[in-house]
Amino acid sequence: MARMISYRDAINEALTLEMERDETVIVMGEDNAGGASAGSPGEEDAWGGVLGVTKGLYGKFPGRVLDTPISESAFVGAAVGAATAGLRPVAELMFIDFMGVCFDQIFNQAAKFRYMFGGKAVTPVVIRTMYGAGLRAAAQHSQVLYPLFTHIPGLKVVVPSSPYEAKGLLIQAIRDNDPVIFCEHKAMYDVQGDVPEGAYAIPFGEANVVRDGDDVTIVALGRMVSVAEEAAKELAANGIEAEIVDPRTTSPLDTETILESVERTGRLVVVDESSPRCSVGRDISAIVAEQSFGALRGPIQVVTPPHTPVPFSDVLEDLYVPSAQDVVNAVKTVADWKR
Amino acid sequence: MSDIIKVVMPKWGLSMTTGRVTEWLVDEGDEVSPGDDLLEIDTDKIAGALESPGGGILRRQIAQIDESIPVGATIGLLAPAEVSEEEIEKAARIAREELDSGSVEDVAGPEVGKVAVKGREIAFARLGTEGEDIVLVHGYGGDKNSWLFVQEPLSAAYVVDAIDLPGHGESSKDVGDGSLDVLVEAVTGYLAEQGIERAHLVGHSLGGAVVTAAAAAAPERVASLTLIAPAGYGPAINATYLRGFAGAQSRRQLQPHLGDLYGDPSLATRQLADDLMKFKRLDGVDEALNAILGTLLDGDAPGIDVAPLLAGIDVPVQVVWGDADAVIAASNAQGLDDRSVVTTLPGVGHMAHMEQPSAVVTAITSAVEAANG
Amino acid sequence: MTDRATVRTEQGLDADGLRDAYRMMRTIREFEERLHTEFATGDIPGFVHLYAGEEASATGVCTNLDGRDSIASTHRGHGHCIAKGVEVKGMMAEIYGKATGTCRGKGGSMHIADLSKGMLGANGIVGGGPPLICGTALAAKIQGTGGVSVAFFGDGASNQGTTLEAMNLAAVWNLPAIFVAENNGYAESTSSNWSVAADNIADRAAGFGMPGVIVDGFDFFAVHEAAGEAIARARAGGGPTLIEVKFTRYYGHFEGDQQTYRADEVAHAREELDCLKRFRARVIETGELTAAELDAIDAEVLQLIEESVTEAKAAPVPTADDLLTDVYITY
Repeated sequence: MARMISYRDAINEALTLEMERDETVIVMGEDNAGGASAGSPGEEDAWGGVLGVTKGLYGKFPGRVLDTPISESAFVGAAVGAATAGLRPVAELMFIDFMGVCFDQIFNQAAKFRYMFGGKAVTPVVIRTMYGAGLRAAAQHSQVLYPLFTHIPGLKVVVPSSPYEAKGLLIQAIRDNDPVIFCEHKAMYDVQGDVPEGAYAIPFGEANVVRDGDDVTIVALGRMVSVAEEAAKELAANGIEAEIVDPRTTSPLDTETILESVERTGRLVVVDESSPRCSVGRDISAIVAEQSFGALRGPIQVVTPPHTPVPFSDVLEDLYVPSAQDVVNAVKTVADWKR
Repeated sequence: MSDIIKVVMPKWGLSMTTGRVTEWLVDEGDEVSPGDDLLEIDTDKIAGALESPGGGILRRQIAQIDESIPVGATIGLLAPAEVSEEEIEKAARIAREELDSGSVEDVAGPEVGKVAVKGREIAFARLGTEGEDIVLVHGYGGDKNSWLFVQEPLSAAYVVDAIDLPGHGESSKDVGDGSLDVLVEAVTGYLAEQGIERAHLVGHSLGGAVVTAAAAAAPERVASLTLIAPAGYGPAINATYLRGFAGAQSRRQLQPHLGDLYGDPSLATRQLADDLMKFKRLDGVDEALNAILGTLLDGDAPGIDVAPLLAGIDVPVQVVWGDADAVIAASNAQGLDDRSVVTTLPGVGHMAHMEQPSAVVTAITSAVEAANG
Repeated sequence: MTDRATVRTEQGLDADGLRDAYRMMRTIREFEERLHTEFATGDIPGFVHLYAGEEASATGVCTNLDGRDSIASTHRGHGHCIAKGVEVKGMMAEIYGKATGTCRGKGGSMHIADLSKGMLGANGIVGGGPPLICGTALAAKIQGTGGVSVAFFGDGASNQGTTLEAMNLAAVWNLPAIFVAENNGYAESTSSNWSVAADNIADRAAGFGMPGVIVDGFDFFAVHEAAGEAIARARAGGGPTLIEVKFTRYYGHFEGDQQTYRADEVAHAREELDCLKRFRARVIETGELTAAELDAIDAEVLQLIEESVTEAKAAPVPTADDLLTDVYITY
């Protein structure tokens, strides 16, 4: 039965359910409660995170929702350390762009412990972080940096595309025993979707086939899934049935579902909001080119923004982010391709 | 105007807010009878044929192919030949304006809720406001939404409750030892909690065994039984399917088993597999399904036998079975007694209430009428 | 070694505690001296950073710790590992890159860790450890274990943002965390007199509202007492302390370092200041331990190190399969 809630509330609900279920789950981050909990004279739970995602947790779970100084290296590292010592911390790195000031604790520490310590470390840390363009936040608050995390062995990287996906994937992230980077698109927090009330975990490395089609495979990530769906409607009106595959996680990556789909459709368009060079889109393109070359009936198209920083002006930002029309055009390029 | 019957976009499940007509099966000017398939509808979740709400001539197709239509909006007009073209044109214009302006009023969806039975929450969806009570009980791994093609047409004349068994749908996931008794108590307890003095029980598959045992346990509350491919009536059971369903941890593992459900395996869509995985991934569901699996199976043989109970139940019994049922073969119908009226549906699989809902509606209606007979 | 409950008494250490402390320091010294010799033969791969001369710091701190407590270390981490109870033979095998090593040959000298012993790892990143121990200290605080966490770091790391941020966070969260700045005078080849803007690293404690203490790093008893006080305060909920331990390392930044940046300070330190010599002289003088007891420990330690090297050399190397395992727990 349908229960429509927002992407924001779905994430909040996942945190609430897991904190209720498992007392080792803690939440920390800048302004995660905000207000009196961190010494301000105002309300106790004033902000609940900069965009209100953790609102209400502070009152429900005393002592387990921690405000932090603006000190990402320290608290992300503390989350990693606490994970080695029996807690399941969920640290909020407010904007993914801020990885620049704490990346060492993620990729040299958390990501390496398991391997570097001979398989003896367990580091069940989750780092929730906002990514993506669309809020006119410009170059230092709008990037799509999940490819950088995907590149690092030892990290798992999640890119949920809907409220349902966000809740189930975050629950899995919290229960998972490896370090997980959970990338939330900041322009999706108010997107509504059908989400069951209870707890459920969506396993990592299992792509979701969002739409069935036999003419072209569109692999889309995060917010680009809805862009691909919009494009698919227009394509269907023109007689082209697109199959949309949402990988859900970029690491692990469900190459099997992607390859199966391309083997059937013979055409691949990848839609990725990250910068084009060394992107997940290009990675998927390369994997398909290597492993399903014989099935391809036209050149793979990768739809990404240009290789520029994210611009500020709304006119420029709207040009920057891939649109449904860009996807339609890419599909037509491959569909019309003649040797 | 009064002779014009509006064909409206149905509400198939709570989440449905709009639907698209993918094909008209009847041309304008053609004569139709009640229950004839009028058109094909597609939603985000499900595709199916809409049966005609009455008899007459299809005078207008209001909805265009692939147009998104809100639930409750008029999509076609039925009327006898004597209704003037002028009247029809007026009604069509009003319907079209409603669609174009988006001023269609929200149709009352089912009343949904939960009642507490023995410490477990039992979820239900009720359609219909007047008439005798009918309670629909789904099968193993199913839920109350599986009745959507049946519940809606019945609700015109009856109060129709579809419930979720423990471990299923939105009911509590705890099923105790997973025994038949736990499930039976959920049904009889539900009737008591809702103050339903006497109901016509309808059960599919596992639900068929549950309603049989419920009728034996609380005969005073049961007016008739309609059993659709019921479990517990004979030696045939597809243990491989049941174990495969219970054990599947991904769509990839589940999908191959779902073809067993339908006479036409292409009905086992990717969307169905996705929806079932959504259910299976809820906390507690795997445990519940495995506990109930232990009740359903004894090795590779059926673990329950309710046929002897039927002898002690003095109510009309209607049975619907697809002759292509690959989960519980229709040969099990031999385990029923003489009083049972068995309708065998050619080419239909285990999901008769989804594959040929009109036959199931007819059977339920016959059971109700026989009980009042 | 530190699995037994704290060996500290009102007056200091009892005889057993003193024997343990001496054995710990001697084990570290022999381990490092032997590595110095063995490295020169070319059998040991990679980089090795020796802790010889600094034994009183790891030992003085860790003899105050028990199984509830955690430490994070540095690239110069062998001493901290031994002091926190990591098994010596496994360490030696690890440094030789063998399958029997503490990290199955996948970590090496710079990454020896044993989380079951509360040893979060030597760390190849300067300043990598302090944020981590904020986490273990937070876990201890939330779970009410009474555990204390210690970050050992060098004068180089004292200038890293991670270290300064961790000290701030530990104070803001009032964590049971101890920051031990091991100032051996050089960050690689760069003098701490030049690179640390303050007169002392410990002076920075004031900036984080925590006590700062300077200790003679060659004096085991001074370190033990200062750490004991800070650790007891942290256990009681009194928050973090910064302890600066000043001394000299006996070898270069890494093995092979020609140390052309140094004056001849090592010979003086080895002769006049050495922690083992001072410890030995003091306990014999007070009559707490005899020379014979200490000699017996020396012999046992030598034997252990000899066996460690022999076994490490003979141990199997990892197999090709090991390349791919333990990246993730599940993937």
